[in-house]
Amino acid sequence: MSTARRLERGGLIDRSRRIHFKFNGRDYSGHPGDTLASALLAQGVRLFGRSFKYHRPRGVVGAGAEEPNALVQVGEGAYRTPNLRATQVELYEGLTARTVNGWPNLAFDIGAINNRLSRLLPAGFYYKTFMWPRFAWLRYEHHIRHAAGLGHAPSLPDPDHYDKRHAHCDVFIAGAGPAGLVAALGAARAGARVMLVDEQAQLGGSLLHAPAAIGGGSGPEWVSELEAELKSCPEVTVLTRATVSGYYDHNFLVVNERRTDHVGPGQSDSRLSRERLWRVRAKQVVIATGAIERPLVFDGNDTPGVMLASAVSTYIRRYALAPGRSGAVFTNNDSGYQAALDMVSAGMDVRAVVDAREKPGASVLAAVSAHGIPVYPGSVVPAVRSGLQGLQQIELATLSPGGDDILSHKGLVDCQVLAMSGGWSPAVHLHSQSGGRPRYDEAHACFVPGPSVQAERSAGACRGSFTLSACLHEGADAGISAAAQSGWPGGYVDIPATEEIDEAPLQALWEVPAGTLSGDGVKKFLDFQNDTTAADIRLAAREGYRSIEHVKRYTALGFGTDQGKLGNINGLAILAGALGKSPGEVGTTTFRPNYTPVTFGAVAGRTLGEQFFDPVRKTAIHAWHVRRGAEFEDVGQWKRPWFYPREGEDMHAAVNRECLATRNGVGVLDASTLGKIDIRGPDAAEFLNLLYTNNWDNLQPGRCRYGFMLGEDGMVMDDGVTSCLAPGHYLMTTTTGGAAAVMAWMERWLQTEWPYLKVYLTSVTDQWSVMSVAGPDSRTVLKAAGCDLDLDTGTFPFMSMQAGQVGGIPARVSRISFSGELAFEISVDANQGLALWQAIMTAGRDYDITPYGTEAMHVLRAEKGYVIVGQDTDGSVTPVDLGMDWIVSGKKDFIGKRSLCRSDTDRPNRKQLVGLKTEDPTRVLPEGAQLVNAPQTERPVPMIGHVSSSYYSANLGRSIALALVKGGLSRMGARIFAQLMNGSVVPATICEPVFLDPENQRAKS
Amino acid sequence: MLQIECPWCGARDQQEFQYGGEAHIVRPESPDTLTDEQWADYLFNRANSKGVHAEQWCHTAGCRRWFNVLRDTVSYAVLAVYRPGERPSGSVE
Repeated sequence: MSTARRLERGGLIDRSRRIHFKFNGRDYSGHPGDTLASALLAQGVRLFGRSFKYHRPRGVVGAGAEEPNALVQVGEGAYRTPNLRATQVELYEGLTARTVNGWPNLAFDIGAINNRLSRLLPAGFYYKTFMWPRFAWLRYEHHIRHAAGLGHAPSLPDPDHYDKRHAHCDVFIAGAGPAGLVAALGAARAGARVMLVDEQAQLGGSLLHAPAAIGGGSGPEWVSELEAELKSCPEVTVLTRATVSGYYDHNFLVVNERRTDHVGPGQSDSRLSRERLWRVRAKQVVIATGAIERPLVFDGNDTPGVMLASAVSTYIRRYALAPGRSGAVFTNNDSGYQAALDMVSAGMDVRAVVDAREKPGASVLAAVSAHGIPVYPGSVVPAVRSGLQGLQQIELATLSPGGDDILSHKGLVDCQVLAMSGGWSPAVHLHSQSGGRPRYDEAHACFVPGPSVQAERSAGACRGSFTLSACLHEGADAGISAAAQSGWPGGYVDIPATEEIDEAPLQALWEVPAGTLSGDGVKKFLDFQNDTTAADIRLAAREGYRSIEHVKRYTALGFGTDQGKLGNINGLAILAGALGKSPGEVGTTTFRPNYTPVTFGAVAGRTLGEQFFDPVRKTAIHAWHVRRGAEFEDVGQWKRPWFYPREGEDMHAAVNRECLATRNGVGVLDASTLGKIDIRGPDAAEFLNLLYTNNWDNLQPGRCRYGFMLGEDGMVMDDGVTSCLAPGHYLMTTTTGGAAAVMAWMERWLQTEWPYLKVYLTSVTDQWSVMSVAGPDSRTVLKAAGCDLDLDTGTFPFMSMQAGQVGGIPARVSRISFSGELAFEISVDANQGLALWQAIMTAGRDYDITPYGTEAMHVLRAEKGYVIVGQDTDGSVTPVDLGMDWIVSGKKDFIGKRSLCRSDTDRPNRKQLVGLKTEDPTRVLPEGAQLVNAPQTERPVPMIGHVSSSYYSANLGRSIALALVKGGLSRMGARIFAQLMNGSVVPATICEPVFLDPENQRAKS
Repeated sequence: MLQIECPWCGARDQQEFQYGGEAHIVRPESPDTLTDEQWADYLFNRANSKGVHAEQWCHTAGCRRWFNVLRDTVSYAVLAVYRPGERPSGSVE
């Protein structure tokens, strides 16, 4: 049954072209200029979705971003976008759209049973009911979300790309309605750099459907003239299909521009991004975002066919369609009368104008009466009757003077469309986001912008000025003064003449009493999208909710895509009534970004995937590791070889082989990722003394020393070996993951606390390739590789370094060891790194030289009890806790020293680093396992520590572990237990953390 | 996102900077002579001002230099920017 039709003339649509599309699997067509909503309405579609909670049938209410019901997902597969408002979706050939809510289908909706059970589903129902028993919530939640879903996100990779753009401007104008347009003109004529941004495809805002003549012509004609002048200004940027989604600190605005959605997938140049996120810094901002009409709150106000009066006008005047054959108006102000006149012009039979006021404005009354439309002053629509296709009848009644009761019932009126107007809510979203606090304007019964916090001003309807001439004057003033304040005086605008009528004041009407058509289940909706009713707000008040912010969260008022656009003011006014306060005292909820939903694609932009999400750092030898079949481990941003499995080897076998080869022959590790900081200056040693716990005064050139760096709180922060290259010249190594933080830490102390120290820091991590050749055969292999240095231990002792050549490549060679073996660390220019590595591998072939990865490195160092900062420490561990008092100097001050004798760091029974041997030598404890003194099932079980490192040691033929245990250093030999997640208990014995070669003979050999 | 005037590079977006907490906390000359309370005061206690707050920022994605900012913690307005060792007015200490 078609209840609507396309008009023969008028509107801003191109009837010469037809666009075909599918909605819920059926074929439809529309014209360029149509939205999905207008094309469907023009073909008689009234049902656009089911509501979120009660699954009530819903139709279109609005004509723009405020639309709560007609939520659709557009496109198929990877292109699918959920939760778009059909009122904002432009048609393109082949578009497919589905309603997001309505399962299994729109006409028969299984969830509609919720509507009949609605008395059992009050506000907060899910919180109250399904939270018990707690463990079952996850199961309930799955079904609730399925029933209440708002569309489905695509699961395929996004084929489109998105980008970002930064911009700076003098004057930024949000909204290109009459106020925004003249503001832009005034600022542009002053010479300012202007950005004018509007969410619609065309400039003009309300002028695209307003009847008023402007400058002697129609609204759209006047808009075209202005647009032409603005686009001729080189400093003016005009963005359409672009939503100002957020207004942040220091006049930073984010604009979401949709660049290809209106042409559809694959129809535009593939180099064009689908969306662009503009990040704009503006000197001055003009907010000209207009106002959103307010629904009236009566029983059945969600029936398909009940629409905002301005939306009815927009569909008739802009989209040239009659939304039904017959209509009526229910209003509390003069603006609603325009819908009656527009319906007449569309050939609709207008049966009634129901005005809650006793005295309608004389002008509008005369205009409507001239068409023979009956006007009912002091009256309301308390209820409606609907059929399968929506609205059929409205009930008429007179209102008591206080507005609380129905005085008398006046019968029923047949109509398919009811245009409602409860007044206007200025779109104060951006003002509120900028930090402003909207204030209540009693005269207009709405919230208007409060004092500006940032460099912004509002103009026109978003400031509560609803007449066209006021919008134009305020817009011009705002644009001219914003330009002047950003350094561009002299703007001017000739305000065009407008034809307008004098409006009578509106009469606030927050809620209409129920009527005779109302049954038991009276439902007066505030928020159509979230099914929040007037009764829900009163229930929340009865249950003790006082703050509108709490009531919002309890009742879901203004959630979803609504974000306070439609129902907010009605809801807070009803709350105010229940609490005996005024709306101004209750205040609005805080409007937060985003104004309308922004896709993840737009937020991510180009920062995607392996390449661009986070930089990947690879050593100069990386390609060799890949060819060798290494498995890699991420350490910070670095890719490090984890282990090198041979054919048929699992990780365990590979790591065991690498560990045995290094202890018994020779292994080689790519250590290039360690942080390297070049430290120069006459005060370098003094600076090192302050940074490190040990003493650096006496370190001679060519010698190396291990150091611990603490935070000022005394906790271990980083460690590494620093070598003295020459007097006043040092090379510090840091952990791979800590390099940047250590560099920043050192810079900060130098710049802010000790600027008098003459020390200069340079990060040289990437400049050097480093490999560690370790094992009893390492000296031989290094000689075979052509090292020109005397490697004998007498001339080249442990913890010393020399410069020389290896295979003709200039190199720094250090005798330092993280494996506990005889080892040489060779550093060369990174460009020579791969060549040296290959030379070492060739020289080591006869000794079966074995490349080893980070896992074997971890096992080897654990056998020696060497800690890894960040694994065996966690920010609550001091060097004393690690049993390393020997590295803490008592003679000098250093960062963190004083904290080591605070009452807490000084107390006995702190967690201390110990070794652990499981009684079953084959059992490897999981890292992180909790330790207890005695196994027990009674809770709580007192925890005494945890396992920090744990491996199988092939060299020792048993498992080993490092652990932090309360008072552990004084409990050698004690039997404790690891209590595992699976309930099993593993006995173990506390031992020294050094499992192999405690005299360190091998490294010094 | 704040816009901060680096005293060496000029106005830049906040994302180029790292926050360093309250400014003008001087490391005690002789930590060993302090009581636990005095040391804890230096180490942990901060003014947490509502209103004007002197704080340190580092232009990490630019010149990597530290400097001081007077910022209103209510409005987030940046009231002054000055180099280490300077006073907000710009005069050297």
